[in-house]
Amino acid sequence: MASHDYETHDHDVIVIGAGGAGLRAAIEAAASGVSVGLVCKSLLGKAHTVMAEGGIAAALGNVWKEDNWQVHFRDTMRGGKMLNNWRMAQLHAQEAPERVLELERWGALFDRTKDGRILQRDFGGHRYARLAHVGDRTGLEMIRTLQYHGIHQGIDVYMECTITRLLKDGDRVSGAVGYWRESGKVVVFRAKAVVLATGGIGKAWKITSNSWEYTGDGHSLALWAGADLIDMEFVQFHPTGMVWPPSVRGILVTEGVRGDGGTLKNSEGKRFMFNYIPDFFKGETADNEAEADRWYEDKTARRTPDLLPRDEVARAINAEVKAGRGSPHGGVFLDICTRRPADYIRKRLPSMYHQFKELAGVDITKEPMEVGPTCHYVMGGVRVDADTTQSTVPGLFAAGEVAGGMHGSNRLGGNSLSDLLVFGRRAGLHAALYAKNFAGALTVDAGQVEQAARQMLAPFERTGGENPYAIQSDLQETMQALVGIIRNEAELKEALKRLEQLKERAHKVRADGHRQYNPGWHTALDLESLLTVAECSAVAALERKESRGGHTRDDHPYTDDTWGKVNVVLRLRDGRVQVSREPLLEMPADLKALFQERK
Amino acid sequence: MPTFTMQVFRGEGRTGGFKEYKVEADTGMVVLDLIHRIQATQAQDLAVRWNCKAGKCGSCSAEINGKPRLMCMTRMDLFSEAEPITVAPIRAFPWIRDLVTDVSYNYEKARQLPPLRVKSPEADGTYRMMQEDIDRIQEFHKCIECFLCQDVCHVIRDHEENKKIFAGPRFFIKAAGLDMHPLDTRTDRAQFVREQAGVGLCNITKCCTEVCPEHIHITDNAIIPLKERVADEFFDPVVWLLRKFRGRRQDRA
Repeated sequence: MASHDYETHDHDVIVIGAGGAGLRAAIEAAASGVSVGLVCKSLLGKAHTVMAEGGIAAALGNVWKEDNWQVHFRDTMRGGKMLNNWRMAQLHAQEAPERVLELERWGALFDRTKDGRILQRDFGGHRYARLAHVGDRTGLEMIRTLQYHGIHQGIDVYMECTITRLLKDGDRVSGAVGYWRESGKVVVFRAKAVVLATGGIGKAWKITSNSWEYTGDGHSLALWAGADLIDMEFVQFHPTGMVWPPSVRGILVTEGVRGDGGTLKNSEGKRFMFNYIPDFFKGETADNEAEADRWYEDKTARRTPDLLPRDEVARAINAEVKAGRGSPHGGVFLDICTRRPADYIRKRLPSMYHQFKELAGVDITKEPMEVGPTCHYVMGGVRVDADTTQSTVPGLFAAGEVAGGMHGSNRLGGNSLSDLLVFGRRAGLHAALYAKNFAGALTVDAGQVEQAARQMLAPFERTGGENPYAIQSDLQETMQALVGIIRNEAELKEALKRLEQLKERAHKVRADGHRQYNPGWHTALDLESLLTVAECSAVAALERKESRGGHTRDDHPYTDDTWGKVNVVLRLRDGRVQVSREPLLEMPADLKALFQERK
Repeated sequence: MPTFTMQVFRGEGRTGGFKEYKVEADTGMVVLDLIHRIQATQAQDLAVRWNCKAGKCGSCSAEINGKPRLMCMTRMDLFSEAEPITVAPIRAFPWIRDLVTDVSYNYEKARQLPPLRVKSPEADGTYRMMQEDIDRIQEFHKCIECFLCQDVCHVIRDHEENKKIFAGPRFFIKAAGLDMHPLDTRTDRAQFVREQAGVGLCNITKCCTEVCPEHIHITDNAIIPLKERVADEFFDPVVWLLRKFRGRRQDRA
């Protein structure tokens, strides 16, 4: 086969993905004085971070001076049901405040307290009001701030460029290969270090808050390059997505609605969350409406169960609907209109107001919203060293949603944006250090490039193959039905069987037309990573025979201490996904003590 | 289910035209849903940009029945089944394929804006800002960079030659936001918007404000104040005279 023409770009560090983590990594690497390329599938500023609503969790202590990193650390670990990489959770809690203040120095304008400091809002699982925010469009403020700061740092940005394979020189990473979405031409990046900041895998499910980009590219690139993945069974279904009309099903409704006083009700008008307080959170959760309502102003009261961690709330909604107490379109009611004045709602939740008004014809200052669970976030990801974010492959780093460990079995709301900043910065810093310390030459193996290029172009050469959209849609149905909020062995095995059939079909997928800006072809290529992460998630879910956080098995309904000591680890051996159980890092005694202080 | 007649602009490079598709619409669907349905069932290579499908990322800008709008926020129940609906790319930018255009003009203009230069923090290392002092700028920060305001602005829509000297409404609100930013210490912003961004070319027809999906008061709250800043700095006779004696303040990025 003739050699494919391709262009090559050289950098010390390339960052794949330009959301919060990728931008922050690129900024830090550039500040370290190395040459940085930032590659993203969409236009700059359109990444998934832009959709984040509620806020950035950071123990600034502006609203409650009692707050500090230890409390934040404790909340994060408990939210993750203690499965988190404790060191990541510690670094995250310690460094998040400085990362928020840094955003302010770069121009971000957060909502203010009366004395002019950064205002913080209540969110699920956080003991104190902790989320720095801008109404309900915090992600937009964050990405714009990073974007406009980043464009002056000498970073080369490669927009609308999809990476399909990492390149390796021996054990090390040596770059990446992909294609320009606009021209369809092959492009090679030669780099000493690669930072993955590609986000999540939510497009493998049908009802999802995630955009087309969330096809698990980084997870798959890492796995194919020999890196370990951990915790892939833990998928967060956000409790509140829109459910009506059908075309908007899954679009996110911020937890800020509940943080600002909204409450969940069933068809009988009852605040049902009081019936779903698990023993693990009994000590800190209000068991009556009066105390729950008092908590917003008085932190000596216990927290409203409406703000239990997301896994708990999603399961509760699921159970209410199953019990026949759902709303007309199969969700439950989220009511803020009877609880807060219309002006307050419009000021605090402008984009929710706008979204419901324009897409559902619902005025949330007058009527309750109908909401239900939507696939939102994957806790699992690339296994990294907490301090450096380096994966098990030399030169390969990962930050943000694509990295695993930080959130354990369930992520608290608001901890994602702070995760992006804390570990994005660390990834950029350590990737740059790695590149600087790397002596010797890296070669890009033309054979690897050639093979990747052949795989990219294969869908054009097939005749009679299938439409990629049909395969994508069947995959989403399969994951929704069989690897959803509640799982069991029979269904997971059935899912894996169907995924094998889908892989077969994907091998024969056909692209129509030509290479220039061809979404059908792009969808065909994305199927490979989408199927990879779907399989990883199902394999890990089958392995973990207990229920914990974002993984609920109705055939193993209880949390089991022996499973609380291990991660499910996946790696590729001879082309097959291998699964093993490996012990968690041991938490040092001084941090352990934080969990004994208070019940 | 109602069936709509969608006339979608298709082609690439230099040749293109409207192609007709019959598409069924479910309850609550928006134009972008129908475009996706065309991709899935009739034309998988139909090129379109989109991301969030919730009016937050500003990727799916198009001209629907000639009007610049976000496809994800345009509900099908606005239209009648009897009339065909046209969907065309935003036309102020070079066309790539189908509904996709080359918006790099905007990214170039973004880079030209002098960045924020912040004052020193207070003793505790942080800043105090009052909510009422940032309300106006927070309005500008709602911008999702859909570039519909740029698309509709007649200064560049029909005058390619103006693109060199004119930044457009999106970057006037950005410049105004920086100028009004409580932490910014630059003094060269009026000079920038006059000399590099071409604010003088805007004759406040408010087309940009009308199409803004975020309802930002682009003209009233950003462009007019910027024009006033320029007038104060460059056309106020007292300031002019002072400058004659003292020389112009110089500011460097």
